[in-house]
Amino acid sequence: MRTEVIYENRSLYRDDFKIMGYVFGEGEKSVCIVGNMRGNEYQQLYACSQLIQTLKRAEKEGRLAYGHQILVIPSANPYSMNVGKRFWPIDNTDINRMFPGYMEGETTQRIAGGIFEKISDYPYGIQFASNYMPGEFMPYVNIMKTDLEYVELAKKFGMPYVVRRTPRPYDTTTLNYNWQIWETRAFSLYTTTTDRINRDSARRGVEAVMMFLDAIGVVKNRKYKRYLSQIIDDREIVSVRTTEAGFFEPLVETEEEVKKGQPLARILNPLDGEELECISAPVDGIVFFRHSDPLTYGHTAVIKLIAESSV
Amino acid sequence: MIKRVASISLPVLEKLEILKNRVESGRKEKKKRISIVTGIHGDELEGQYVCFALSEILKANPEYLDGIVDIYPAMNPLGIDSITRGIPAFDLDMNRVFPGNEDGSMTEHVAARIIDDLTGSDLCIDIHASNIFLTEIPQVRINELHARQLVPIAKNLNIDLIWVHGSSTVLESTLAYSLNSRGVNTLVVEMGVGMRITKTYCSQLVNGILSVMKEMGMWSGPTEQSRLPLITGVDEDVSFLNAPMAGIFIQTAVHGSYLKEGEEIGRIVDPLRGEVLERITAPRAGILFTIREYPVVDEGSLIARVLNCSDPEEKRYKEGEWRI
Repeated sequence: MRTEVIYENRSLYRDDFKIMGYVFGEGEKSVCIVGNMRGNEYQQLYACSQLIQTLKRAEKEGRLAYGHQILVIPSANPYSMNVGKRFWPIDNTDINRMFPGYMEGETTQRIAGGIFEKISDYPYGIQFASNYMPGEFMPYVNIMKTDLEYVELAKKFGMPYVVRRTPRPYDTTTLNYNWQIWETRAFSLYTTTTDRINRDSARRGVEAVMMFLDAIGVVKNRKYKRYLSQIIDDREIVSVRTTEAGFFEPLVETEEEVKKGQPLARILNPLDGEELECISAPVDGIVFFRHSDPLTYGHTAVIKLIAESSV
Repeated sequence: MIKRVASISLPVLEKLEILKNRVESGRKEKKKRISIVTGIHGDELEGQYVCFALSEILKANPEYLDGIVDIYPAMNPLGIDSITRGIPAFDLDMNRVFPGNEDGSMTEHVAARIIDDLTGSDLCIDIHASNIFLTEIPQVRINELHARQLVPIAKNLNIDLIWVHGSSTVLESTLAYSLNSRGVNTLVVEMGVGMRITKTYCSQLVNGILSVMKEMGMWSGPTEQSRLPLITGVDEDVSFLNAPMAGIFIQTAVHGSYLKEGEEIGRIVDPLRGEVLERITAPRAGILFTIREYPVVDEGSLIARVLNCSDPEEKRYKEGEWRI
């Protein structure tokens, strides 16, 4: 393993801004893995750091295939994380809304451009991604809606679900979207949490990447527990929304099987504790997402279910 | 008359309400309607004074009005109240959630209500104030896809510049794009700077709004002759000047002035070492229409925009000559 600086620039009063890459193996560029891009993505950074540990062991044990190079960028944004901000410290812009980047442009466009210049020619790209919704997800692989071969590849992660997402206008400036425009097979890996570390889920994320690397012949692995992935269209996921705002009291856990009509959560008046609403499952299914903040607004998807009928 | 556009309960003893003031006068059965919108970004306040001043004029002179003026001063009330550009608690840019979805999340639901309420307007003017980093001369920004119908309206708005810019997919979630693509002509005004009110710019725009209303047959009161704006081609002729390094930016040129090639706009300095790190100069002659307001810059921070021209008059809007 060797390290290299992927991008850097100088600040007026802070230490230099640096993005470091960890390179495993020599030869053709094969896979690139990216960790946190936002300052609150602790879980994504943690998962990447554990992946580096796992790859180091694989390297030591001679399990890296000859002629392949793996690049891991654990943190694309140390500056925001060090000051506890989600987005870029000065102008609050999101690096993951700046791809493919522009080297003559604004600060975060340059950062995105600097990263993309180094990683756009890898045939496979994996990002440990986070969702803007405050809550816990079942681990899954997300791909943009494309051809069937891509879906089959996504199954190689051995995660319970592969979600095919129809791109929205704001997706067009993300790393995942631009990777695939540049013909990289891009995958976003979601591992339960964002601003809290969930070690078990991070371990599952690392194992998923290792299974994928094994499947494409880049690393030879020990055997991991593998799921037979189910393919889900993002529009098939059933959102269960609140009508009322108040305290959110969940009655189910992620990955739990629920039956139609089963109570999923209660919304309470925060002042007197009266129950304002009890939301229940509209279908039989599995809890894919659960809101995690103490409070909720109305019109909020606090639970998402994968309906039994869509599996 | 104050009307409620959207209302959502917040968790603890409060409602989020989006309100508008409808001012209506005249006898026509089918009245023309203009909507004045601002406050989508909670840190942009120039539109607050425009709404107030326009409202005051309309209230004092109802005999001149023949139509409906809907004034929406606060599309993002929680943002305005908490000095937050986006929607607080969501870290979400409200101008990236349109057209919204009635059955979607809270923000999508509110966006859908807003679009629904604005639909039917003959013209909508969405007033922005740049951000806290940049100051802008009064200008209208128009997506090239909608330039043909919007430029002839914008030229009467008493602004200094019409900037016709290229289209991009990410802009399809803005209020203006959503309305224009539904057939509601919508002009986006950018002027002044975030977190401040520039009264001269606001008064200039109020005069422009009255002139446009006069063109629409809605206003018979006095108006000032609108100034003829400068106009860009599609993104051509605009130079972007970004900071080559981090530092403190000290402005030296006058905002809105005509610069000769090589003329100094400002300097990036290092207060720790007492050094000038870089002189920022105009790459070509032109009009300095955007200037950095917030002094701290990173490498890449936008410092200025210049409309390149050897003579400002060559960029002046001319009837019948402007073509997309």
